[in-house]
Amino acid sequence: MMSQLIFLLLLSTGIFFFVRRIRFIQKNIRLGRDVDLSDQKAKRWKTMARVALGQGKMTARPVAGIMHIVIYVGFVIINLEMLEILLDGLLGTHRIFAEPLGPVYDVLIGSFEWLAAGVILSCVVFFIRRNGMAIARLRSRELAGWPSLDANIILVVEVLLMFAFLSMNATDGIAQLRGLPHYVNAGSFPVSQWLMPLYAGFSDTGLVAVERGMWWFHIAGVLAFLVYVPYSKHFHIILAFPNTYFSDLTPAGAMNNMESVTREVKLMMDPSADPYATPAESAEPPAPFGAKDATDLTWKQLMESYSCTECGRCTSECPANQTGKLLSPRKIMMDTRDRIEEIGKARDANGGQWESDGKSLLGHYITEEELWACTSCQACVQACPINISPMGIILDMRRSLIMEDSKSPESITSMFNNIENNGAPWAFPAESRGDWTQDV
Amino acid sequence: MFETDEPKMTSFHIPTMAEMTANGNTPEVLFWVGCAGSFDDRAKRITKAIAKILNAAGTSFAVLGQEESCSGDPAKRAGNEFLYQMQAAQNIAILNGYGINRIITGCPHCFNVLKNEYPELGGNYEVQHHTQFIRELIEQGKLRMADGGVFKGKKITFHDPCYLGRGNGEYLAPREVIASLDAELIEMRRCKQNGLCCGAGGAQMFKEAEKGTAEVNHARTEDVLESKAEIVATGCPFCNTMMTDGVKHANKEGEIIVKDVAELIAEAADLL
Repeated sequence: MMSQLIFLLLLSTGIFFFVRRIRFIQKNIRLGRDVDLSDQKAKRWKTMARVALGQGKMTARPVAGIMHIVIYVGFVIINLEMLEILLDGLLGTHRIFAEPLGPVYDVLIGSFEWLAAGVILSCVVFFIRRNGMAIARLRSRELAGWPSLDANIILVVEVLLMFAFLSMNATDGIAQLRGLPHYVNAGSFPVSQWLMPLYAGFSDTGLVAVERGMWWFHIAGVLAFLVYVPYSKHFHIILAFPNTYFSDLTPAGAMNNMESVTREVKLMMDPSADPYATPAESAEPPAPFGAKDATDLTWKQLMESYSCTECGRCTSECPANQTGKLLSPRKIMMDTRDRIEEIGKARDANGGQWESDGKSLLGHYITEEELWACTSCQACVQACPINISPMGIILDMRRSLIMEDSKSPESITSMFNNIENNGAPWAFPAESRGDWTQDV
Repeated sequence: MFETDEPKMTSFHIPTMAEMTANGNTPEVLFWVGCAGSFDDRAKRITKAIAKILNAAGTSFAVLGQEESCSGDPAKRAGNEFLYQMQAAQNIAILNGYGINRIITGCPHCFNVLKNEYPELGGNYEVQHHTQFIRELIEQGKLRMADGGVFKGKKITFHDPCYLGRGNGEYLAPREVIASLDAELIEMRRCKQNGLCCGAGGAQMFKEAEKGTAEVNHARTEDVLESKAEIVATGCPFCNTMMTDGVKHANKEGEIIVKDVAELIAEAADLL
């Protein structure tokens, strides 16, 4: 009874902190501008099924892709075991599914074990790739400090959790052989049998202690991880799904139209419009053009920043980054998340009201130099395994630079002037546009 | 095939929409030339090749001439939505005024903007990139390559323009057109979805590159050298400039030629 109470306490504490954090993130994402993505539901479900559920873009890089799929499948399937652990914990039972499932239970436990072994292997390889090999995208400067530590914590915790799961089975298996009370004959242990020699010398009491210890470590570890995940890049395991559901379904080359500008242009071109008309009293102040701060981005873009797992495929495909420019699309996403986190914290500290802190995403996190290095080639969008568009944020920030601050490299200003004056980005007279037809 | 002289003077008249309309005619397609194709000397050769192909295939077409103006792409990608929309509004007014339905462009940037971004501003047209239209002409038997195959056995690689490939998912049309040359189409290490940009998109064409360790077009030229291609086929006037410069930078001018798909076809069909 006591252990059931402790279990319940542990479980509710884990869920409480998880939910509190999710609410915070949800509030932050809602700070973004509105965008209507409620259309094309069938296509959205399909995209989510293919890209997130089906891991459709992962194997573009086969080594990392296949091992990621092993961890992903392992995670999803081994979580079925969590259901049993939950019920056992709450009801004070032991292996509650063993009896009703019969032989199926053995197959299930056996397959969980193989997957656990696969997860451990993949995590070890990932750890070596990240820390022992010179893989450029895993060594970029934006990963220094917390992002790198975060990645390693995730890998180590996953290995520990899987080890606990296998040890729990190994000791349980020995206990079954010894015919200890409560240990029903159930499960098959294709992988954990190799761990059994490790625990074979233990006394009955010692064995039960290890088995119970591993059981508690596993569930406590999982709950701690549950709370950790939304503070971490690992949050992609949840957000990848909504993020791909709300994918941009227009061709990658298409850039969104700014309705606010369309209204202005129409007004300018309408001969009957009164340019001096005062706006109605009730009119809301016009929203700034483009994105200067994280709150100027859409909620979808903010969701993307929380979905990013910092794999760096975008950065390694970016032509600007490859040629040594400052721009790293991954850093754009990380900066966006860091900034909206900062804003969210300041808002909560100020009783729920966000007051400007004089800082902004553009300027304090992202520099103009980074923005101007983008060739808008969409390689980052193509590379992202969950359809994030760093390019969208870059271009929205250019809009703010130009339309709010009139800041552009001199040559870009000349290009604008040329288009305005002679309808071409170069200084050629518009009248000569058709001249080439004269000597065909 | 390695000479770079101006296309031969053959005589045919390219009408403007204004002329056509004045004569009570409507063309089958409008050829949207674009700024590079209208003003840049190198790109003008591509434009002329496209015009010759259309003419040889018996396509009834016209250009806007002085009435064409920048599509607004570089302004929009550089962040100047105002200027872009002014350009778009002006172009759409003209296109709609002539009742244009079908457009072919010589530039993937114009293609992308006209196809994907003008509709929201009231410009709805069937827009094709010139390689897509040329593929149709070949499929319909309207365009035949001359005997003798000037490109027979040549190693040709296609450099995907971002706004044709990744931007609009068109990887096949230019390759199918190249296949009609009886040449050997080879792929670079990075191609199609994974193709490397030439470095000119997103208004980069009009500014110096940011500080870095290399130029994007030089990196892309490395891919070309690695592929052992003799000809780099392009589908965008900006890519053409960037790749030509890249090949020059690598001192391979005599060995590797950079030509638009339209130029290769015009040459193979003996239209130049």
